[in-house]
Amino acid sequence: MKNNPLRFVYAVPYAVWMLLFVLAPIAVIVYYSFFDLSGNLTLGNYRNFFSSIYFKLTMSSFWYAFLITFFSLLISYPTAYFLTKTKHKRLWLLLIIIPSWINLLLKTYAFIGLMGLYGPINGFLETIGIGSQQILFTDFSFVFVSVYIFIPFMILPIFNSLDKINPTLLDASKDLGASSWVTFKRVVWPMTIDGVKSGVQVVFIPALSLFMITRLIAGNKVITLGTAIEQQFLVTQNWGMGSTIAVFLIIFMFLIMLLTSGKEKGASANGKTK
Amino acid sequence: MKGLVSSAATILLVSFVLLFINLQLENKHGRVGKDTITVYNWGEYIDPELLKQFEEQEGIKVIYETFDSNEGMMGKIEQGGTSYDISVPSEYAVQMMEQKDLLLPLDFDKIPNIKNIDPYFMNLAFDPQNKYSIPYFWGTLGIAYNPSLLDGQTFESWESLWDASLRQKVILVDSAREVLGVALNSFGYSLNSTSLQELKEATDKLETMGPNVKAVIGDEVTQLMINNEASVALTWSGQAADMISENEDIDYIVPEEGSNLWFDNIVIPRTATNIEGAYKFINFMLDPEVAAQNAEYVGYSTPNVKALSFMDEEITEDERFYPDEEAREHLEVYKNLGLETLGVYNELFLKFKMGLR
Repeated sequence: MKNNPLRFVYAVPYAVWMLLFVLAPIAVIVYYSFFDLSGNLTLGNYRNFFSSIYFKLTMSSFWYAFLITFFSLLISYPTAYFLTKTKHKRLWLLLIIIPSWINLLLKTYAFIGLMGLYGPINGFLETIGIGSQQILFTDFSFVFVSVYIFIPFMILPIFNSLDKINPTLLDASKDLGASSWVTFKRVVWPMTIDGVKSGVQVVFIPALSLFMITRLIAGNKVITLGTAIEQQFLVTQNWGMGSTIAVFLIIFMFLIMLLTSGKEKGASANGKTK
Repeated sequence: MKGLVSSAATILLVSFVLLFINLQLENKHGRVGKDTITVYNWGEYIDPELLKQFEEQEGIKVIYETFDSNEGMMGKIEQGGTSYDISVPSEYAVQMMEQKDLLLPLDFDKIPNIKNIDPYFMNLAFDPQNKYSIPYFWGTLGIAYNPSLLDGQTFESWESLWDASLRQKVILVDSAREVLGVALNSFGYSLNSTSLQELKEATDKLETMGPNVKAVIGDEVTQLMINNEASVALTWSGQAADMISENEDIDYIVPEEGSNLWFDNIVIPRTATNIEGAYKFINFMLDPEVAAQNAEYVGYSTPNVKALSFMDEEITEDERFYPDEEAREHLEVYKNLGLETLGVYNELFLKFKMGLR
């Protein structure tokens, strides 16, 4: 297949796809970001982005995305680890993945009911004597629901990399006198780091641009870059400013991809090449 | 490789079968037929029974689509693509659409039922002589509250929203002009203010309301109020009527400093392809009995004066939803402030939301 002259032909659909649906839209966004409301060429949008309010917005977006990623990882790594130890691991994994097939909005609306003042969570808090709390529209509820939504995407790559570890390596490590902690630190963690990195990628980047949940669960007390873009396009109709925020979002994504991708080019995600 | 080809072939085959079934179904329902109109309206803004009645009466199929903001609706109409025959923009949006040349002028000869509309609601500033639009519903912006969850607070004045006893209780709508409008009204400034000084004062004042704000959301507020999850909400009259019909404890008031008076209006966008059908639809909706049934279903106030006699007196005599002309004196209609000022409003609103904790 490698020296087949036809392989350029095979690459055509891919190249056309990339051009039409990846490069062209980005080019259009960058183009729009240089225009103001009356259609004049300007750098004003970029200047505006660095004004206090959008800068603050970016910082807070990053902070929440960081929190969401951190807690997702904290829960997903041990979960994935114990999953690989269970008997029917594929079945358990499937059970964890299934909720991610349900529409995001449906799940979010379910949480509105669960977290309400008269919902089951507050009912439980009432019976154990803590008394009902305002859960909805808080930082806690926002991070909680987001983590819930992203967990399957974090577990999957970590599970795959853990599952591929050759058990004889762990035996070898023990035979050589390493404690469980040292085995984890020196053998398991380095071999799963690529899984963790791709997990972080698929959680952190969408978390930066979450919207809808910011309104339904956080009551717009948390505002992300995604919400700001939506507002600029749909409400303010300032496509220039919306595009400018989007350009920065794209730049941030590239930076995060660079930071979280392995050093060796073309390394497979399962860490086998290490 | 062989497996790949056969699975690709299977997917293609299944897709074609589905496409074929879909086309068959559409043919059966006459969707592709010539006599259809596409109505583009707000969500929950028409009695679906009436659509059926119209289809039977006129033999015209109605394709019904909904939007949730004037801006989103205008964007879709501007881009073309779908041939909407009817839309229902708010008053400032009528102006914007007119400026962008997105509307067709109306021919009153084809809408004999226009005579049923209260002259008070005709010939308004946003569309002189009703060249492009006919009022569909009107209403106010005010405060819905549930006395059974409060300690006797009342809301005759916007100032009461700042009361320290309402900590984490107030729900605002996620819309810049409405929320900034509360502060503008409380100062006695115009809702159409373009003075940066006034807007800044308003934002500063709003920020002091921060600790009282429970959430800034959209239509979800209706459910929260009905379920006693929330006790005070800034909301539109029709939404308040929805809440009251489900939960009798709730009350609605328009504070005395004044508020917004708004109109949603039927228009025929430039994208229309079945203009005759659109006129028939407009005329149908203006029929007194139809308008009465629609108003009872939707809960907003109808400008159709003949319809009032077909409606429950309990509704039409309710000053909260049908304020008399004297009460309307304090109300102000939004003007189209232009995108520049709209941007300023939204940026200040964003700043306010960013400060919420």
